[in-house]
Amino acid sequence: MRFIFKTSYLQDIRLARHGGHVFWYGLLGLALLAAPWGLPEYWLAQLTFVLIYGIAGLGLMLLSGYTGQFSLGHAAFLGVGAYTQALLTAMGWPFFLALACAALLSAAVGIVVGLPALRVKGIYLAIATLAFGFIVEESFARWESETGGNKGIFLQPPQIMGHAFESSEGFYFLCLVIAVACTLAILNLLRAPTGRAFVAIRDSEVSAQSMGIHLAYYKTLSFALSAALAGIAGALYAHKLQFITPEQFGIVQSIDLLLMIVIGGLGSVHGAFLGAMFLIFMPQLIGLGKDWLPESIGQSPGLQTFVYGAVLIAFVMFEPLGIYGRWIKVRAWLQLFPFYRRGMFKRQKSFQKSERLR
Amino acid sequence: MIGIYAKRVLCKNKGNASVQFVQLLISGVAQGCSYGLIALGFVLIYKATEIVSFAQGELMMVGAFIGVAVMAYLEFPFWLAVIASMAAMALLGLLLERMVIRPVLGQPAFSIVMLTIGIGYLLRGLVTMIPGMGTETLTLNVPYKDVTMAWGSLILGAEQLAVIAVTTVLCALLFVMFRYTRMGVAMQAASQNQLAAYYMGIPVQSINGLVWALAGMVAAVAGLLLAPITFVYANMGFIGLKAFPAAVVGGFGSLLGAIVGGLVIGIIESLSGFYLPEGFKDVAAYVVVLIMLMVRPNWLFGERLVKKV
Repeated sequence: MRFIFKTSYLQDIRLARHGGHVFWYGLLGLALLAAPWGLPEYWLAQLTFVLIYGIAGLGLMLLSGYTGQFSLGHAAFLGVGAYTQALLTAMGWPFFLALACAALLSAAVGIVVGLPALRVKGIYLAIATLAFGFIVEESFARWESETGGNKGIFLQPPQIMGHAFESSEGFYFLCLVIAVACTLAILNLLRAPTGRAFVAIRDSEVSAQSMGIHLAYYKTLSFALSAALAGIAGALYAHKLQFITPEQFGIVQSIDLLLMIVIGGLGSVHGAFLGAMFLIFMPQLIGLGKDWLPESIGQSPGLQTFVYGAVLIAFVMFEPLGIYGRWIKVRAWLQLFPFYRRGMFKRQKSFQKSERLR
Repeated sequence: MIGIYAKRVLCKNKGNASVQFVQLLISGVAQGCSYGLIALGFVLIYKATEIVSFAQGELMMVGAFIGVAVMAYLEFPFWLAVIASMAAMALLGLLLERMVIRPVLGQPAFSIVMLTIGIGYLLRGLVTMIPGMGTETLTLNVPYKDVTMAWGSLILGAEQLAVIAVTTVLCALLFVMFRYTRMGVAMQAASQNQLAAYYMGIPVQSINGLVWALAGMVAAVAGLLLAPITFVYANMGFIGLKAFPAAVVGGFGSLLGAIVGGLVIGIIESLSGFYLPEGFKDVAAYVVVLIMLMVRPNWLFGERLVKKV
């Protein structure tokens, strides 16, 4: 077992809590840096997608997992980022400037969507964001002069300082750098007063308000930051696929993003990336399992939908904290061996109470 | 193209315009009733258990598939297929509640919403996997197919009349149940405060099971009535997403509101499809609901939402 004696406040908010963290995350970093030399081309592309979805997941995690506002239209922000990037790079803007614009524009749109969040919450907010997602998708499809409509548009590989990132290794490193930067920014934000305010709003709006937290400001900020991250992810996504159509940013994508953070683990930064791994690698696993199933089931297009649904149900029922929650339990078991008790992480029985009042 | 041409002709001919308007209004009402019918399912579950079910559209799809299957393979007549489908869906509703919803009762609303999304995925995947049927677009042979009513120059299909009539009846029945029966009052009590309802001797769990069975039946009816209008296919459940705005416009907890909300959405959609440029028809419902939520939530028939500490 490891005991950490805290002797100063700075030690309490340090990003790496102890030597173990430094060692394991250092190892992970080295492995990610070495990945292009060890992995075949196909798996490197999948890993790039994990990083991209991880960034989008971080954004949604900040909003849903930490601020408690859930969004059923998050793919729309992804789309805003992707189309902004596509249009600006086509006009010859440098990559990072276009990326910044994509993030800013998404954030601006996020603020607009955040407006209903100030008045409504829970299911009404979900429906407002759902409605917004549909409207944005339709606008992409109809604004044909700029977005190419349902035919979609093509993108060039990103160019930085005259150097084109055409190879998948180059683009992988670009994504890795941006993903690490975003993760560090979010971790930093979460230990700062802003992040604490978000968590307070999630846990109880009334008590957060009475502690002097300006609800409207922080909710809008959360929407803006979340949308900006989604915008960055969208821009990278567009460059990775090099071809985007409106239907990639529809309701199915939004639900996939939500599914990702729920399965990864709500309320943990790890969860965003674990969920992204689930989302990307699950189809591969299903592909492996196909050969074992009878042909009529194995070759059916419904198999993936079915598995996603079943996994989602299983996680909500048995592991509400997702993959990361399961890891915490395993870690506790290892640390406390042989003193782990079964009831340690047991959920408290609670009863539902209406928020409706006559 | 034809739409634009028709619009020009209409502008020249004022006399026809009013007939056209009424025709649009009526088709909007018919479309709105089908949204209202699906929204009834949402409202029923929300009013009785305070759960928002995103699986209602998929339940409707399963109900329609069962109807088609029993008519095609067991050669049931239409009325028997309706009963069979309703019974099967009631059973499915009970089963879902018992197996999936009950264990997470009392968890945050967000988990339960995700759970219903999962149920929707599961059902859609299962139906798609049915060999020979899942990936097809099917038609349901209803006895009133291709019957139209002409009223002067107004034309209305019997399918749409059936939707309007059944929606009205169903809404009235559910209203009476919630208002006047012990069961309905118990359902409302259980949704407002589970613990207090337990203390009052209300069997909250079995009541929830009953609500889901009822919601399954409503979904089956909706699926069978919409089948002649929209055809039966695995992604049919996405119409359910159009019914959300209807439920919200009417205020989520109100049965009458679901119908009125459905009508409002249906009429706006039908009018905007004709008078506004192409593309607005598909998003009109969402624009309305977004503006409404921004400007004044719980507009029609809404209850006050106040959080107690």
